[in-house]
Amino acid sequence: MTKMKYINEFRDAELGKSLIARIRQRSTRPARLMEFCGSHTVSIARSGLRQLLPPTITMLSGPGCPVCVTANADLDKAIALAKLPGVIITTFGDMMKVPASRSSLQQVKAEGRDIRIVYSTLDAIEIARSNPSRPVIFIGVGFETTAPTVAASVLQAQQQGLGNYYVLSLHKLCPPVVKALLDSGEVKIDGLICPGHVSAIIGSLPYEFIPRDYGIACVVSGFEPLDILQCVDMLVTQIESGQRKVEIAYRRGVKPEGNRIALELMDKVFEPCDGNWRGIGVVPGSGLRLRKEYRRYDAEHNFEIKPGKPVEPRGCICGDVLRAVKTPLDCKLFRKVCNPEHPVGPCMVSSEGTCAAYFQYGEGYGR
Amino acid sequence: MEDKILLAHGSGGKLSHDLVKQNFVPLFDNTFLNKLDDSAVFELKGRLAFTTDSYVVNPIFFPGGDIGRLAVCGTVNDLSMSGAVPKYLSIALIIEEGLLMSDLRRIIGSIKKAAQEAGVKVVTGDTKVVNKGSADRLFINSAGVGVVPSGVDISGSNARVGDKVILSGSIGDHGIAVISQREGLQFSSSVKSDCAPLNKLVAVMLDSGVEIRCLRDPTRGGLASTLNEFAESSGAGIRIAEQSIPVHEGVQAACELLGFDPLYVANEGKLVAVVAANGAEKVVEVMRRSKYGKEAAIIGEVVPEHVGRVVMKTRMGASRIVDMLVGEQLPRIC
Repeated sequence: MTKMKYINEFRDAELGKSLIARIRQRSTRPARLMEFCGSHTVSIARSGLRQLLPPTITMLSGPGCPVCVTANADLDKAIALAKLPGVIITTFGDMMKVPASRSSLQQVKAEGRDIRIVYSTLDAIEIARSNPSRPVIFIGVGFETTAPTVAASVLQAQQQGLGNYYVLSLHKLCPPVVKALLDSGEVKIDGLICPGHVSAIIGSLPYEFIPRDYGIACVVSGFEPLDILQCVDMLVTQIESGQRKVEIAYRRGVKPEGNRIALELMDKVFEPCDGNWRGIGVVPGSGLRLRKEYRRYDAEHNFEIKPGKPVEPRGCICGDVLRAVKTPLDCKLFRKVCNPEHPVGPCMVSSEGTCAAYFQYGEGYGR
Repeated sequence: MEDKILLAHGSGGKLSHDLVKQNFVPLFDNTFLNKLDDSAVFELKGRLAFTTDSYVVNPIFFPGGDIGRLAVCGTVNDLSMSGAVPKYLSIALIIEEGLLMSDLRRIIGSIKKAAQEAGVKVVTGDTKVVNKGSADRLFINSAGVGVVPSGVDISGSNARVGDKVILSGSIGDHGIAVISQREGLQFSSSVKSDCAPLNKLVAVMLDSGVEIRCLRDPTRGGLASTLNEFAESSGAGIRIAEQSIPVHEGVQAACELLGFDPLYVANEGKLVAVVAANGAEKVVEVMRRSKYGKEAAIIGEVVPEHVGRVVMKTRMGASRIVDMLVGEQLPRIC
């Protein structure tokens, strides 16, 4: 790949304005739309879409930032692993600053532990290869988008006979948590902006239960402002006409059946397990653990750690924000005590967190 | 075996002496340095500007430049942003034992070239060598002095309501060039650092006769941080338009993939100016004639609202806050 094209085409101001005008004209009923994915949250805030949509439309943010939904109990495990002698922790950069119960990876790094930021699991494998005498643990955080690459790294470690590579699998699955949210009855929505990257892997078929069982419109969206506007337009069409179905507005990235190879890879290495979500709790079948055959790569299985009892930060409403029952503007700590420099909760740490997006782009400003 | 820097090269003994005499003095060749006295002695008249900066960029060679060029341009630019005409520089090297002599020569060569380009003289210097592992190949400190012409008063606190904000060209090139090189990201091979001395650009801007109120080079923290500094120091608001800010395609693509916002990515050859509104077009015109300001454009204005804050009109027509950079977007880029 030499150059990524078509960025500006999907930010075209004129096309955007005509889509906005069309949505304004056609949206007559109140419509509560929730985007699941953190990248959508950021894109919406960054281009200021909330200000441009008609008052009939309310945009909510869901639990789609992988860093944010990682429970403190799981973060504590990562930190306990980092403190084991000789261990090298490899992680995506976003995890470094997230405050766990008593510390953060950044803090334990400053205390002298070996924690390295990687851009892909390939880097983690390389580190394991060049440090054969030390255990190298990759902190596997992410949705169906990242899980296949982590699965691939486990297979690669196996092929290369790397005995020192481990994964702490904190992966999360999207459809089960959407179901759990809707079952709770707490979140009232009319339409779901389905994640683009996750859907590129799992396809759109796994969302079929949402319109069928819950009467909620679903459209898979890309990440550029025009993608999101097109998605909102399609959701408005469904809502106004009383139709409920799953549609794809992100055809250049998503097929209904998803990416077969990636799904097979994921299924080969991982199996579903209970997932622990911040603010939501344990959701059956919403996590991924390494299958029995790959246990020798499972950090939790191979190292004895005592992470201690998880503690939640006082006054932080990240859990409510993640369930879309509150927005950052409802939080007493937001901007006053909690900011990206001194984050109290994870939604302020991750660049894809709802609080960080509200803070960074001054959501609600200039209205 | 290739020649390498040894601890003895920094010992002050024969090897140090030879290193300086053979590699540095002939290249920089000027009457102040050639004497090899303990300090350079020179006369300067008028108000002086004095600055220093250390350069620790990793890797030391990157597309469009290297740590040597950066050390000259960075210090020349710091002087220029005060409206000073840069005159003399010092260059101090902290070398990690084992650095290839050929790499060092290459960097000294590029210091010479950059100094020539900027029209400044390297008049004093120092070389230290530290044990392997005590530094990362090569660190450079450079200091510089310049003369501020009379009548020039440039400060980040001078912006007034109604003034225009001018950017000298595309943003994000340096930061992306460095990270692509470091991480081996092939996709943005087209991106080169914009590292350049800006004193000649500043000279034509000052010569235009238009009142230049604020000047700053948006290095670490990027354009967003510089604009926030202006807004805060001047006690005014700044409004910019997203569409008017040039971002090269390769930089934009890299930012998308890495999750960066080009507004926060470092530049090493760009400046932001706040100028009186009635002369803004004229300043842009003279800037565009310089090779350092070909893509210069008015990107916004100083407003009485939202004091201390920068607000950007997005392509879609909404407004959003452009905040200061919090934390680090990229480690060690200069």
